[in-house]
Amino acid sequence: MIQVEKVTQVFASRGGSVHALDGIDLHVREREFVTLIGRSGCGKSTLLRLMAGLLTPTQGRVQVAGELVTAPRPDVSVMFQRPALLPWRSVVSNVMLPVEICGGDKKRYRDRAHELLELVGLTGFAGKYPHELSGGMQQRVSLCRSLITRPKVLLMDEPFSALDALTRTEMSEELQRIQMELATTIVFVTHSIEEAIVLADRVVVLSPHPGRLRETVDIEIPRPRDLGLDTHAADVARLSSRLHALLAAPPRETTDHRMVHQ
Amino acid sequence: MSLTAPRAARSGSLFVSIAAPALSMFGVIGLWWLATIVFEIDSFLLPSPKDVVEAFLRQPDYLMDQTWVTVMETVEGFLLAIVAGVPIALLIARSELLERMIYPLLVAVQAIPKIAVAPILVVWMGFGSTPKVAMVFLVCFFPVVISTASGMKSTPSELAELLRSLNAGRAQDFFKLRVPYALPQIFVGLKVAISLAVIGSVIAEFVGASAGLGFVIVQSGASADTALAFAAMGLLSVVSIVLYYALVLLEKRLLPWAEENR
Repeated sequence: MIQVEKVTQVFASRGGSVHALDGIDLHVREREFVTLIGRSGCGKSTLLRLMAGLLTPTQGRVQVAGELVTAPRPDVSVMFQRPALLPWRSVVSNVMLPVEICGGDKKRYRDRAHELLELVGLTGFAGKYPHELSGGMQQRVSLCRSLITRPKVLLMDEPFSALDALTRTEMSEELQRIQMELATTIVFVTHSIEEAIVLADRVVVLSPHPGRLRETVDIEIPRPRDLGLDTHAADVARLSSRLHALLAAPPRETTDHRMVHQ
Repeated sequence: MSLTAPRAARSGSLFVSIAAPALSMFGVIGLWWLATIVFEIDSFLLPSPKDVVEAFLRQPDYLMDQTWVTVMETVEGFLLAIVAGVPIALLIARSELLERMIYPLLVAVQAIPKIAVAPILVVWMGFGSTPKVAMVFLVCFFPVVISTASGMKSTPSELAELLRSLNAGRAQDFFKLRVPYALPQIFVGLKVAISLAVIGSVIAEFVGASAGLGFVIVQSGASADTALAFAAMGLLSVVSIVLYYALVLLEKRLLPWAEENR
């Protein structure tokens, strides 16, 4: 579904250039749930923005559904760390924003908007304004907005990181349920190992300076999973310690790279 | 529901919204009256509230006509400043080159004491209402431009990125995001401008006018009728208050979602 080939991203900045990503190869299959994990500065958000068409790679190419990505596509939705709701629009009108912008049939989508709000447990909040909702509810609205156009791909940039632990758990469970119902391909950026394991079919570990693909780890725990994961505690512990090791120790060449700087 | 409760308590209290300002107003008038009686101040120096009301009742029709003249000058100049100021602010917000070219000119014009310009406006535009409207325009222009320009530049990056991820066009980005987001800040500028506007029209009426409350004040000074001057000043405050709160009301009606209107 998503094909990233030899992608390198360099940002020009004051005092030189920043090497954000270096030679990334990644293939995300249809209906797969991939989580991208890594320390800050590993370029995971950059990689997501490249897939979204918000950035153009310095080298290499990104394809979605067999087409080269040059601009944001209507069948790819992005969900950000913050809810990014327009404060003057009601909940349902925020959900309808993508339909308005791409000029879709509003009447037909309005029913879908209400269905989605029901799906995330916001029935009865359609006419409320964002400031009347809690952070978790706002992020649910944001999720509905990214699903309204029935995207083939959903790109999520640490969408639950600003929420409290309890809401976060709820949202993870909801997201899995929604993915199973809607059959969407999801790429999810996170810095939480637990979240990465619970959500993913495959965890992609990135290493920083420059961002490189360190390793991919398959998660074969059957769904639906919950964050407690009591039935698979052993698996989770094993995977979690493996990911910890991958994230903690930088690969050899990066160590050398740092020593040169010192 | 608990989210809306504290707000309801704050704005719902009749005492705070109506009785409190009325109480402070009548308190000050009462002290003033008491002072004129206790210290037996000559009405020529400081007329009592009663003298002022009598001065008004001696020629109410004349004074209301003069008030109307001042109101019209004020409103016309104010609207003109919006019509001219908002488009210029949009240009400034759009282009850094224009910003660098226009801002120094604006500041230079703003730095000129407006009272110094009043006689020149009379030379250019005669004794009618035109120089008064022009003066109000000059006074209002700066706050309108500054607030609109900074409002247009205050769009949060996450909302700008959202619209970009939806592949919104320039017009959609402008009308669906940037303009509505700027409105609360534009209203701040409008409120500053309207409070200055009345001062502007009075300054202009001090120089070569044959009507308006400023003219009444100059005339009453010449005939040593202090009570009449006070009556005119009282009317000016009423005009200011009415115009200001009309704007506040309009803002609450148009922007119920804005932070300060909740």
